[in-house]
Amino acid sequence: MKIKDLPQDPSVLDKFTKDVVYAEDDSGNYTTGLSRGWKIKAEALNIAWEDIEQRIKDAKQKVNAGEASPVLFFMELRLMDMPTIAAYTGFWQWQVKRHIRPDVFKKLSDKKLKKYAEVFDVSMDDLKNLQLNGD
Amino acid sequence: MEINFKHVQAAHCENGVTTNLLRHIGVNKITEPLAFGIGSGIFFIYIPLLMINNGPAFSYRTMPGLIFKRTCKSLGVPVIRKKFSSTEKAQQYLDACLESDQPVGCQVGVYYLTYFPKEYRFHFNAHNIVVFGKEEDKYLISDPVMEGVTTLTGYELQRVRFAKGALAPRGQLYYPELKNEVSDDMIRHAIVKGIKRNIRDMLHIPGPIAGIRGIRYTGKKIIKWRDKLGVKKAGLYLAQLVRMQEEIGTGGGGFRFIYAAFLQQAYTFHKTDELLKISEQFTKAGDLWRSSAVQAAGIFKGRITSQQDFNDMGNYLFEVAETEKQAFIALSKIKWK
Repeated sequence: MKIKDLPQDPSVLDKFTKDVVYAEDDSGNYTTGLSRGWKIKAEALNIAWEDIEQRIKDAKQKVNAGEASPVLFFMELRLMDMPTIAAYTGFWQWQVKRHIRPDVFKKLSDKKLKKYAEVFDVSMDDLKNLQLNGD
Repeated sequence: MEINFKHVQAAHCENGVTTNLLRHIGVNKITEPLAFGIGSGIFFIYIPLLMINNGPAFSYRTMPGLIFKRTCKSLGVPVIRKKFSSTEKAQQYLDACLESDQPVGCQVGVYYLTYFPKEYRFHFNAHNIVVFGKEEDKYLISDPVMEGVTTLTGYELQRVRFAKGALAPRGQLYYPELKNEVSDDMIRHAIVKGIKRNIRDMLHIPGPIAGIRGIRYTGKKIIKWRDKLGVKKAGLYLAQLVRMQEEIGTGGGGFRFIYAAFLQQAYTFHKTDELLKISEQFTKAGDLWRSSAVQAAGIFKGRITSQQDFNDMGNYLFEVAETEKQAFIALSKIKWK
């Protein structure tokens, strides 16, 4: 890539920083330039976020339909997969999978619920009732 | 308390931390491309069974931590590295380093990294920063991908140092200690070592999923993704391939441009004309990776979704694999003086 072809597309980095990029000058020597972003990269990131938002929406529907506990919803909201949530809560993955069942979730001790509330950064009430500000 | 530490922005975090910490102890000739090349940073791996953020796991660079470790070792610079099980001890150790004017590199997770844009904050735990001072409860942070220096509170820093999940940092910190001066001869020697190790990693690593064979393997898989996963999921996987290529600051070339820059800088230490020619081959590889990303975007945006488009995508990767293979073979034929 030539330094004069360095993409300068708007990106989510705009208010934060710019990318340092290595590219060639006119005589083929490598130098660095600053880039606002690249459309292709921004689109890849957008697609990933669209998928996340869809997963959160699906999880919310499942919770409302009584097919899953709020643990599933908050897990998706906080972008956690099974290994990540297990590591943060200290539960085993099979335990988390059980806690996603609404009947099991209802019987969870306050101690366990508190663990989830801390990790998800929500109050106990919000955790139980799936209430989120502005959502 | 602030250590006289020079923050220089870099394309990639670990390169940047390595370069800035080495310069701090007087290794003035080190640059980001040199650190990347001496650390044998260029790589490729696709781990089909491992899922990251609900997508497949790709990497265009070597394992986190290795660039710092290899670069320091090759230059004869001893490294101090510590992990902690207690958050208090991790903070005490860090504070003691800062008291004695020692800036330290820290491995951190980005999910709770408050100064990052929200869209970048995934559960990714192999980011690197330098802590170089403390003012009341604010730690002074040099994050190589940021243009300027920034700060984190004690709580925020502890949270990112003890992020959990895959590659959990466990409070890990590290810094180089200078014993002897690093001479030009040592850099010259380290460059050859870095290149030879990279030839091994890209051409001769066993198994089908890593190095040049890994790129070709990924190409073959992509051709089958349309039937196997459906257009939508295949598109998500391709977006992941592009995002990992792009991490931050690779210019879309998946670190190939940085390696091309490294070979040009290596030439100033070894006047071997081949280095400049091979540098051009890595530029070509980087450009091809960029074109493949454009093709991938066509697919995940839903503009082009036929089997032929997936075949073309696979072919891009075969072409990249061949280009990089020839480049590494050419490197392996250099007679070092």
